[in-house]
Amino acid sequence: MKPAFSVLFFTVTSGIGYGLLMWLVAMQLISGQVGELQNFLMVGFIGLTLATLGLLSSTLHLANPKNAWRAFSRFRTSWLSREGVFSLLYYPVILIYAYILFANGGELTLVLKVIGAVSFLIALATVICTGMIYASLKPIRQWHNPLVTPLYFLFSVTSGALAYTMLSLALEGSLSPLATSAFVILLFISLLMKIIYFKSIGKPKGSTIGSATGFTQAQVRLLDAGHNADTFLTKEFVFDAGAMKLLRLRWLMIILLFIVPLLLVVATYMFDVAPAVYFAMVSLYFGLFIERWLFFAEARHVVRLYHGDQRA
Amino acid sequence: MKLGLVIDLDTCVGCHACATACKQWNTSGTIGPLSDQNPYGKNPIGSWLNRIRTYEVKEPSADQKLPSADQKLPSADQKLSKADQRPPSDNQESSCGSPQFDLYALATKGESALSFAGINSATGAPASKTVHMPMSCMQCEDADCVTVCPTGASYKRAEDGIVLIDQDKCMGCNLCSWACPYGARELDEEQGVMKKCTLCVDRIYDEKLPESERQPACVLSCPTSSRVFGDFDDPNSDVSRLTIERGGKGLMPELGYKPTNRYLPPRETAQVPAMAKTKQPALSKLKKWANRVIAR
Repeated sequence: MKPAFSVLFFTVTSGIGYGLLMWLVAMQLISGQVGELQNFLMVGFIGLTLATLGLLSSTLHLANPKNAWRAFSRFRTSWLSREGVFSLLYYPVILIYAYILFANGGELTLVLKVIGAVSFLIALATVICTGMIYASLKPIRQWHNPLVTPLYFLFSVTSGALAYTMLSLALEGSLSPLATSAFVILLFISLLMKIIYFKSIGKPKGSTIGSATGFTQAQVRLLDAGHNADTFLTKEFVFDAGAMKLLRLRWLMIILLFIVPLLLVVATYMFDVAPAVYFAMVSLYFGLFIERWLFFAEARHVVRLYHGDQRA
Repeated sequence: MKLGLVIDLDTCVGCHACATACKQWNTSGTIGPLSDQNPYGKNPIGSWLNRIRTYEVKEPSADQKLPSADQKLPSADQKLSKADQRPPSDNQESSCGSPQFDLYALATKGESALSFAGINSATGAPASKTVHMPMSCMQCEDADCVTVCPTGASYKRAEDGIVLIDQDKCMGCNLCSWACPYGARELDEEQGVMKKCTLCVDRIYDEKLPESERQPACVLSCPTSSRVFGDFDDPNSDVSRLTIERGGKGLMPELGYKPTNRYLPPRETAQVPAMAKTKQPALSKLKKWANRVIAR
């Protein structure tokens, strides 16, 4: 599949945004303390801005954005529609949470806890819907994989944890011990899961040129695709980055997304090297971009079988 | 009703008449126009609802292992009896994978049918064949392109099973084209909306047309009558009959979309032997020579 920049930016950025907001609310609910209201406002604003920027960017890849408002109408069947509904529903809930928190002067009442929990669940649902948009597509076996949705969720909460602890260092002067240790643990789980994912998509399986043409007992070879220029199908689905490039990028992704942030966060935590955590965030962001680019570049749609591929 | 097409891979000559007739009709039909970008330039591109691809289909050599789909197909004999008992509309399996379609099934069974000099020794048929395969929307029963659509622009009609796109609702997100394994959907870059085969819904019900012309443009234009249009729910329709008789098959059944359209396998006919050279007596040779000289 051809990686579209707007979609990469959307899934990475709003993933971090929702992850950060989930952490912000969860930390208040877990600790029962609100902390400085001004800091809450600041972190919440950053989280919402990231989520919103991502959502706005996702509309850039629409060919007919004037009908985008209709995307909320098929909640019952379409994961894209569900994602749209949850992402929109999140705004009033989190704003009401913030409003009541301010009106109460920072006291966590039961009602507030319930609203907070609801906002957490909606943010979670939004991220899961994003993953399911891809995981529900049967023609792309690299996406129609049970690990795809958990990975979307994991990368969101992992990057959110790093953003949260980074902001608490910036605003309160110290890393959040809970978010930092959660970040390290989540990072290991994501790495493990990503490696299992790479293993599971490694071997060709599923449709072949034989099942695509019906000649299951014969050897089939494309002679003529019927056109000598690009078509919508070749532009959208036939994307070859080259095996070596993909492999190099996998290593670069593992370095930028897992190793560098881990070392920098540990350095910040243990040796008190404050700026390191900011570089960890930058490295993680670029790592996530490469991860998402690979997610598209390594996905092979079965339509490619009609354009010369032998196996899916 | 379950409207769809049967396409005969035996007689299709790959002339692209169906594709051009489709483009011509539909560019001014209910979903038109079907725009082209840079049509006379170096890299022309445009929306087509029908595309024809050409394949070489040949017997695998004895030691060659075929890539096989995950789904385990039952043996050829079981399939034939199944196809005989059930009408084709029953389900996907009823008519898929009949022995006829697996033209080269023999080759993998044993040495007896190994090809010799490009001829299948068991049937005398050529061991390699060029197959032209036109593809348009399969009007799937389980059409994921419809369920993934967030705007409700994509829908499948309950009355006849035709999958359509409401051009006024589409936002051009491309998700339906990602969900389609057959490449049936193409975005119109000029209008920013998705286009797909309508089975010429604006022809087949038009009572102003003579009844013989109430058929999709691709079917009417096919010079070899390789395309047949009809109702798969009616066991006596041409499409149902052909599917059973010739072992029509749906493509990529393993994905579970239950495509309606059926492809008829090439018939396995023995190669016509070239005329043998016979020895002519000297007298007839002389007569032939004399005739040639006089004719001059």
